[in-house]
Amino acid sequence: MAAGTELTPTSYINHHLTHLPATIGDGGFMTLHVDTVVTSLLLGIIGFGLLRWIVAGATSGVPNKRQAFVEMMFDFIDEQVKGVFHGDRHKFVAPLALCVFVWVFLMNSMDFLPVDIMAKLYELMGLHNWRSVPTADVNTTFALALSVWGLMIYFNFAVKGFGGFMHEIFCTPFGSNPLLWIFNLLFNLVELISKPLSHALRLYGNIYAGEIIFLLLGMWAATGLAGTVFGAILGAGWAIFHILIVALQAFIFMMLTAVYMAMAHEGH
Amino acid sequence: MNINLTLLSQAVAFGIFIWFTKAFVWPPLLKAIEDRQKTIADGLAAAEKGKAAEADAKQRIEAELAASRTQNQGRLADAEKQAHALIEQAKKDAETEKARIVAQARAEAAQEVQRAKEQLRNAVADLAVKGAEQILKREVNAGAHADLLTQLKAQL
Repeated sequence: MAAGTELTPTSYINHHLTHLPATIGDGGFMTLHVDTVVTSLLLGIIGFGLLRWIVAGATSGVPNKRQAFVEMMFDFIDEQVKGVFHGDRHKFVAPLALCVFVWVFLMNSMDFLPVDIMAKLYELMGLHNWRSVPTADVNTTFALALSVWGLMIYFNFAVKGFGGFMHEIFCTPFGSNPLLWIFNLLFNLVELISKPLSHALRLYGNIYAGEIIFLLLGMWAATGLAGTVFGAILGAGWAIFHILIVALQAFIFMMLTAVYMAMAHEGH
Repeated sequence: MNINLTLLSQAVAFGIFIWFTKAFVWPPLLKAIEDRQKTIADGLAAAEKGKAAEADAKQRIEAELAASRTQNQGRLADAEKQAHALIEQAKKDAETEKARIVAQARAEAAQEVQRAKEQLRNAVADLAVKGAEQILKREVNAGAHADLLTQLKAQL
């Protein structure tokens, strides 16, 4: 809330949905969303630092509660990955899934922080536009989805070989008749393009929409006593429901990552 | 929805976090858990082995007990037999001892009787001589009548 400007619904929403930009060079592409980058990096460093600290003191004897918690998460993710991926999952895929789950969960969790109180706090630090939730920035979700996509392409080549991958693209799912090659290719291209799109936009859409609803409820709360009461009640309800969304979206993103990795390792 | 450099920086951060997780978080945790699983499996196997050994030992003890029981019974029977034999022997010994003692006592008694007879005989002879002296009012010469006296003694 920049001082001096009149507070209208439009300016309120705009204020909350504007990133803090840092211009690196010419053109729209050469900007950096400082809030997204700093928040996600901080969360990553704290989250993985914490994990590393607990794991470094891990014992194979009786675990303490910290370690038991981490082992529960480990076991949960390991079970999920074991369900879809049938190879040496400990080499890469399971750690990848753990990394994705932890990071996305932490970034989603920033949605729990009340938007307006956080905005005031950031303003006290001199940050006028600061969005707390990195996964409500399409750049983050596409960065993750495209990285996973790149890994998928890499493993397709590495595991099946160039010939194997090309065979899969041209000869599945309809058949290896040369007349069908073009249809196979088109089908597979659609699949290849839709994978990162759906992967990234599902997470982005869910978290972004959650943020918008908090903002709308916040606006309602500013319209008078009844609005404040109902805005507060609905806000609490939405926040409770959001606990599910945050965990569920992190889980879905992790599962899709594991599934894509499995598909890259195994033929159709 | 404006795609910009943030995407690249996030991708780089993602890559670093993946590497960190893969290198420093997953393997130690996996090792700790697998070590524990192995320890538990070993413990269970050891318990199973211990149980088998216990059953084995029980069986052995049972067999040993049975063996010692029969041995004991044998020993008891032997001891009883021995005791019987000892008692029999002792009875026999006592029997012979008794016979011997009785025989000795009889012999001694006979000797005693002999001796008493001898004394009695002497006493009677003396008495007879004294009586005769009284009757004759004079001294009988023992030396002169020794033959007579001996004759008399032999007749008693």
